[in-house]
Amino acid sequence: MKGLKFILAGIVFGIIMIKSEAASWYRIQEMFRFQSFHMYGIIGTAVSLGILSVFIIKKFKLKNSSGEPIVFENKERGWKQYLFGGTIFGFGWALTGACPGPMFVTIGYGYIVMVFVVISALLGTFCYGLLKDKLPH
Amino acid sequence: MLELIKEPWPWYISGTLIAAIMVLLNFYGKKFGFSSNLRIICAACGAGKYSSFFNYNWREQKWSLLFLLGAVIGGWISSTFLTSDVPLALSKSTINDLKSLGINFDGELSPLQLFNMEFLMSVKGLILFILGGFLVGFGTRYANGCTSGHAISGLSNLQLPSLIAVIGFFIGGLITTYLLYPLIF
Repeated sequence: MKGLKFILAGIVFGIIMIKSEAASWYRIQEMFRFQSFHMYGIIGTAVSLGILSVFIIKKFKLKNSSGEPIVFENKERGWKQYLFGGTIFGFGWALTGACPGPMFVTIGYGYIVMVFVVISALLGTFCYGLLKDKLPH
Repeated sequence: MLELIKEPWPWYISGTLIAAIMVLLNFYGKKFGFSSNLRIICAACGAGKYSSFFNYNWREQKWSLLFLLGAVIGGWISSTFLTSDVPLALSKSTINDLKSLGINFDGELSPLQLFNMEFLMSVKGLILFILGGFLVGFGTRYANGCTSGHAISGLSNLQLPSLIAVIGFFIGGLITTYLLYPLIF
């Protein structure tokens, strides 16, 4: 089955989110209070190795599993949508203690209230779709 | 081996594995970005009738929903088979700060005092979870990415827009933590 590898990758991702405690409401509070290196260590390690990996992939023009070159698209230029949207997401991240990945992972972990967080998040995305053309980007 | 996995993971192991997931998805010809799923689910539920933003071929992104399904299963596996008796090693200062807000540290992943249906139905609960969830969904799409898409994938590709987005994440997070939490609790 072609989709199985994505399910497996997702399972590993879910376990990482729990065991790293990146899906912990407490850890997000701690991060925004700058009271531990833990979350900064995780993100710092991931980004450092990510930069190195992207550099190697570009340098050696590595190909993906279907034999096509791996390309990294540049994000659209500008700053308003990133700053405003990012700040709005930051409010939500600190309130719920969860970014979109952990939101779903913690449902599986057994926090039923997160089902309602996800429903609200879907509503938020839907409202963005309705208002998109009226917002500065 | 299983005993080792059950222990809380050090940050450098976790960070390395997150980078590995990103690279793995790149090798599968995909991009690591979780919040796209919220748009995909909206589109799949017929939101295209109300906004052209949801009129796109979301079926091409089915892999992303499978990744999401896996993530939920991964959460379940963690709580069913991989729990340790070691309480979360939260810093003393955070424990004290939360205590002054009336939130007692219980050593769990997240405070059961807040993560229950009764609290969800309270005014504080509605602000934390319902308003909070809404802002996550709205903000990630407005910024065109979340922690995975901007902080991990975007910064790895040295994208300035992603750096701006991450700065935004912290502006919002810091205002909430230092100004809103004392008002809410």
